[in-house]
Amino acid sequence: MIRIMTTALVFLLAALPVRAATHIQEVTSPGGITAWLVQEQSIPMVAFQFSFQGGASQDPGNKLGATNLMMGLLEEGAGALDATGFAEAADELGVRFRFSAGRDSVSVTASMLTGNLAESVALLKLALNEPNFNMTAFERVQAQALSSLRSDETDPQAIAGKAYRELAFPRHPYGNPTDGTLETVAALTPDDMREAYRRALGRNNVFIGVVGDISPEALGPLLDDLLGALPDDIVDTVPDVEPLLEAGLTVVDFNTPQSVVLFAQPGLMRDDPDYLTAYVLNHIMGGRSSTARLNVEVREKRGLTYGISSFLLPYRHAAIYMGSLSSGNESVAEAVAIVRDEWAKMAATGVSAEELATAQRYLTGAYPLRFDGNAEIAGILTGLQVVGLPISYVDERNDLVNAVTLDEINRVAARLYQPEKLRFVIAGQPMGLVEK
Amino acid sequence: MRRILGLVVLAIIMVPMARAQQVPVTSYVLENGMEVVVIEDNRAPIVTHMVWYRVGAADEPMGKSGIAHFLEHLMFKGTEAVPDGRFSEIIEANGGDENAFTSQDYTAYFQQVAVDRLPLMMEMEADRMRGLILDDAAMLTERDVVLEERALRTDSNPRSLFSEQRDAAQFLNHPYGTPIIGWPNEVNALTLQDALDFYVRFYAPNNAVLVVAGDVKPEDVLALAEQYYGPLSPSEGITKRLRPQEPPQRAERRLVYRDARVATPYVMRTYLAPNRQSGAQQKAAALSLLADVLGGGGITSLLGQRLQIDEGIALSTGAFYSGLSYDPDTFGVYVVPKPGISLEQGEARLDATLEYLLENGVDPARLARSKASLLASEIYAMDSQRGLAQRYGAALTSGLTVDDVQAWPDILQAVTEENILAAARELLDIRRAVTGYLMGEEEMDQ
Repeated sequence: MIRIMTTALVFLLAALPVRAATHIQEVTSPGGITAWLVQEQSIPMVAFQFSFQGGASQDPGNKLGATNLMMGLLEEGAGALDATGFAEAADELGVRFRFSAGRDSVSVTASMLTGNLAESVALLKLALNEPNFNMTAFERVQAQALSSLRSDETDPQAIAGKAYRELAFPRHPYGNPTDGTLETVAALTPDDMREAYRRALGRNNVFIGVVGDISPEALGPLLDDLLGALPDDIVDTVPDVEPLLEAGLTVVDFNTPQSVVLFAQPGLMRDDPDYLTAYVLNHIMGGRSSTARLNVEVREKRGLTYGISSFLLPYRHAAIYMGSLSSGNESVAEAVAIVRDEWAKMAATGVSAEELATAQRYLTGAYPLRFDGNAEIAGILTGLQVVGLPISYVDERNDLVNAVTLDEINRVAARLYQPEKLRFVIAGQPMGLVEK
Repeated sequence: MRRILGLVVLAIIMVPMARAQQVPVTSYVLENGMEVVVIEDNRAPIVTHMVWYRVGAADEPMGKSGIAHFLEHLMFKGTEAVPDGRFSEIIEANGGDENAFTSQDYTAYFQQVAVDRLPLMMEMEADRMRGLILDDAAMLTERDVVLEERALRTDSNPRSLFSEQRDAAQFLNHPYGTPIIGWPNEVNALTLQDALDFYVRFYAPNNAVLVVAGDVKPEDVLALAEQYYGPLSPSEGITKRLRPQEPPQRAERRLVYRDARVATPYVMRTYLAPNRQSGAQQKAAALSLLADVLGGGGITSLLGQRLQIDEGIALSTGAFYSGLSYDPDTFGVYVVPKPGISLEQGEARLDATLEYLLENGVDPARLARSKASLLASEIYAMDSQRGLAQRYGAALTSGLTVDDVQAWPDILQAVTEENILAAARELLDIRRAVTGYLMGEEEMDQ
């Protein structure tokens, strides 16, 4: 017993580990496109991430789902290649693409082998610059999208998500589903894809992270080749919005043995000076650690759920603080009551010095673990740029976490936690809970 | 068209370059029988520490389904040295991530942490290999958590329930027919004694594999392993894993699972299939490539090309085979028909495609693409420290060796069209298959 406790203590006192030896360079191409690069030569591959700002929230109200479907079609035929030709070329090169649409951005990730980088880039260039959107591929992918939407109608997670969105953002694009509705997607056409493409992909709205076996000198011209012909006039038309969340409970009746619960209140924008402190607070409340308050109270002590967590959701035009859990219909009322209590307790009394110190040790120690692989790091580099953080942030971040004081975190706790605005949305057949 | 040909040529040129890549792996056996595998990944000062036990759900006593997975949960409940809850607190205080998982063939625990914390991870993992202390209160609460987990993963998901029913139909005698998480009535009756019996019987150094991947030197890891795991005495009760085996399947099995929550019906068929055998992985390699050319690459596979593109009757199609299991498992195919196309029609077109393959063989270009893609996967696999550690841990607890793992990519590359067709002819016998329809309730009246 003594032996282990001693070792643990020694480690706590020892210097915290240095971050991954990640040297980030900013590369500006001859044509003026900027990317963040980590040169990493130990594996013959390069990972790219491109994040184009705007996303599915730019869809007009009668074209919901257009951006999502358009992104799914970029790899379904481009230039002289039809869908099969494109997929076969990707297989032959061993290149992996992922095209996806989010609320505020669309993303392209690519992993390429150094050995055939030029050919892989040429293939990606086709997808980004010359997508076909031909009718055959369009109808096939549209049918897949409709099938997915039909499945959502009987998925308790999707049902709860829809109810929450419509409550929080009535009459704002954030209230709409990013993948559209059965009606809007069924009505889309290839011309809608061309318009969505024109709205989404530009060289003025893209952030780029690159990690792997490539030099800055080689990367610049590559980026010009890949993106240089894209338009530079992409605009974001979505207004900022305050989420309409008030304390209360909404139940969507659905026949399932386990209720799905979302809980949400207004959050903090990413550029809020208190954001990082709020992040530390949330770690203590409902972070992914098993010692988080919500996990201890709802799972460890009472066995009411397999998983409960909370997270800050700083969208571009609104901020939400959300959590989720699933619990049997007969036990969910108790779980909801505990979340309410914990919310009120945090708002009233904040955290202890010990909780803060524990969270700081974990968050600073675990930060380097995120830099686990080229593809992961490329995502981090892009994410930092999207939220406007400087290139030095990776070096400074742990110091910023450690600089959070008890007074400061408890000031932010009183600001962040708003029990009077904490809304519960439940899909299922919960017992002992009434809507209000 | 010219562009396509250009790409083909380049891809073929690249193949020999890609093949040269291998991650340095060293393995040892401690005196107490514990195996040690070290994977060097020096890109960052991080280490992944895993202990894999050669015991999984398929090793459970009759009537105690779910005990392997339940014990995995209970392993976080404490020892004398690290009492209840402290394990995770210490990992967290050291900035580490941790988790555990259970399969039919193994149970594994891992932490990812700064490399200088490796000794502490070993100390704590060695401590709970033999020192677990449980009480009824903790057991009962955690059993509720497991039942909630089952409700989340299985009961809330008609596809999971369908899979559970298909596995039960596929295995008449082998425990692979029992779900890993357990049947709910049996999980609900598991006791503290059940967990302790299972723990005492199976958790021992001579039934465990240590996998360490990261910024480490093999000899340093060995010295640490000897220091922390070396003193644990081996169990005498560890014997060769002998599970009840499947009798020959002689009759086709079919089932229909209807659930109001199903919006997208599909047909899925599994065939009993051999697994990767140490020193003899060729047949499994042929089946892996069969799965890939048949249904691995979306629309470029044979099923995708015919049913999604040419005939346009399917939303999606696929084939799956892992081969990585201690006992023979399954090879599967599925078709998700478009609305308006029945499951019977989907199944008929699936059968026609299987017949087409057996009659016409494999398009050489398709086979070359599959191999190129598999080689690329080897390169990308090196980018994930945890993924690499997992690959070795899973293989070594499924009856394979480090040599088998390292030989596997080349064995895949050596597979010929004849190998694939021979494997397909042996496999694709409807008398050794289970065909399942997953459908919504509205289809009941048809």
